[in-house]
Amino acid sequence: MTGKPRRVVVTSPRTAAARRPRHPLTREIDEQTQLGEVYMRSLVRTQFRLALFVCTVLACVIGGLPLLFLLVPELRAARLLGLPAPWVVLAGLIYPAFVVGAWLYVRQAERNERDFADLMERR
Amino acid sequence: MSSIVAIVSVMLAAVLIGAFGIRMSRTTSDFYVASRTVSPLWNASAIGGEYLSAASFLGIAGLILTYGADMLWLPVGWTGGYLVLLVLVSAPLRRSGAYTLPDFAEARLESMAVRRLSSVLVVLIGWLYLMPQFQSAGLVFRTITGAPSWAGSLLVAVVVAVNVLSGGMRSITFVQAFQYWLKLTALAVPLVFMLLAWWSDGLPSLAPGDPWSLPLHGREHPVYETYSLILATFLGTMGLPHVLVRFYTNPDGRAARRTTLVVLTLLGAFYLMPAVYGFLGRVYGLPATDTVVITLPGRLVGGVVGELLTALVTAGAFAAFLSTSSGLTVSVAGVIAQDILGGGVRSFRFATLLAVVVPFGLAGAARSLPVATVVGLAFAVAASSFCPLLVLGIWWRRLTTAGALSGLVAGGGLACGAVLATIIAGPHTGWAEALLAQPAAWTVPVSFTVMVVVSLLTPSRVPPGVARTMVRLHTPETLNVDRGDWHPRAM
Repeated sequence: MTGKPRRVVVTSPRTAAARRPRHPLTREIDEQTQLGEVYMRSLVRTQFRLALFVCTVLACVIGGLPLLFLLVPELRAARLLGLPAPWVVLAGLIYPAFVVGAWLYVRQAERNERDFADLMERR
Repeated sequence: MSSIVAIVSVMLAAVLIGAFGIRMSRTTSDFYVASRTVSPLWNASAIGGEYLSAASFLGIAGLILTYGADMLWLPVGWTGGYLVLLVLVSAPLRRSGAYTLPDFAEARLESMAVRRLSSVLVVLIGWLYLMPQFQSAGLVFRTITGAPSWAGSLLVAVVVAVNVLSGGMRSITFVQAFQYWLKLTALAVPLVFMLLAWWSDGLPSLAPGDPWSLPLHGREHPVYETYSLILATFLGTMGLPHVLVRFYTNPDGRAARRTTLVVLTLLGAFYLMPAVYGFLGRVYGLPATDTVVITLPGRLVGGVVGELLTALVTAGAFAAFLSTSSGLTVSVAGVIAQDILGGGVRSFRFATLLAVVVPFGLAGAARSLPVATVVGLAFAVAASSFCPLLVLGIWWRRLTTAGALSGLVAGGGLACGAVLATIIAGPHTGWAEALLAQPAAWTVPVSFTVMVVVSLLTPSRVPPGVARTMVRLHTPETLNVDRGDWHPRAM
């Protein structure tokens, strides 16, 4: 052993790795290449799934309430906080629920769009 | 007396605020959509102000008083419709750049035939919506002054026409925003006084065993009618002509979403109140008509205060007549001017007169139904025609021109037929009455099915530019991409 360790050259083995595209991805969309179409379809599908999810939840809650009143007649006359339960729900609680649902949706939809924009502008 | 003063002040205020806009509306584009310079809260207030019509202000309480708990679905649907609109259409629709529904139809389907059919439907829905506004203006005016019904209708029709002619959309935006807050106050302040009166009366409640407060009660086919009502209101909101124009005044798709969120909040706050009016009306045994909101404060509070409160709700009711009618008139007139008369400010003016005179005539001629019932029919037509067009157009690439046309004809045609059968030939009995008075449960599925099936059968008629249109509808504005060169036609 004579003092210093021998120096070695450290290099990446991936010298032939794919180059970054020289043009932004938005050009793929502008030229309607297959890649561009794939990106567009993924954006539309993401947003559509989100919309469909919200609509499904909404349909279950809204469509479920009359069904519940139909199948469980005792609920029609049930009381909540001293008031008739159907009134508390339909004339009160449902409105803040709409706002909360809408707020969550807007947050997620904007996040999806930001992700898409980041993907497009990544260099 | 003070109620008459209130009516006059609301009319004057609307005209004066409208006059401010006159200096700002110089070019045609300004005239239609206020040059897109409206801030989000203004915009949301304006949407709320425009949307809360006589049906919301008077009609809901009247129907709740008449039929009980099942009618609570009406305001729920009229609010929830904005949630559906938010998630399915708001941002893409703004990004489409369309001023009106026919614009959207043309941009998406690249077809003048679809555009023309949409124009006809816009005008029909607009007139169907305007007619009961004028009718209830007559009713309230008669309740307050004893004048014949046509006088109140005429008064509102004239002010609306003058307002739209003088200011165009810019002024309407300010007028509408002001009207939302006026309507909210006009319902909230009397409510506080009435609740105090109710409390000092020892909180009287409903007669024991009164089935009025129970859901699924009081009509012949309550389950069908409830579901049909839900479908019409939740899906019809997006297809109303006067709502869509407002979205154009957002700067971009993101703002359109946020505006819709604010709208939901504003509407939710407002719709908490009509149910309480209906309840108090029932407790104090008022006659079940659309005028319950007007007569209730005087009945419960009495004296000078009661008279002032009556004046306030009357002012709110006229704000409702004016705001919705103005918004609808602008939309209907815009479509008539652009698609039938060939565009330009002059034809817009003539179209405005046409847009007001026809429903005014209908208001005098047609059978008088509760205002919220007729407006509900307008929602059913919108849900059976424009809802499928928008939803499929925005999310489904394989929608074809032929599919859209046949879906609009089938759904819109059937719904319009049911409406005519109800208004002209009604009332019917048994299932016929339920199916015709609440058509959405069958016309909406028919419309969607026809649109999808015919599109699948005519794959060669997918619009050639659909890929570019999808880019336009769905990519955020921050990205620099080619969105195509479609513009709404110069007006």
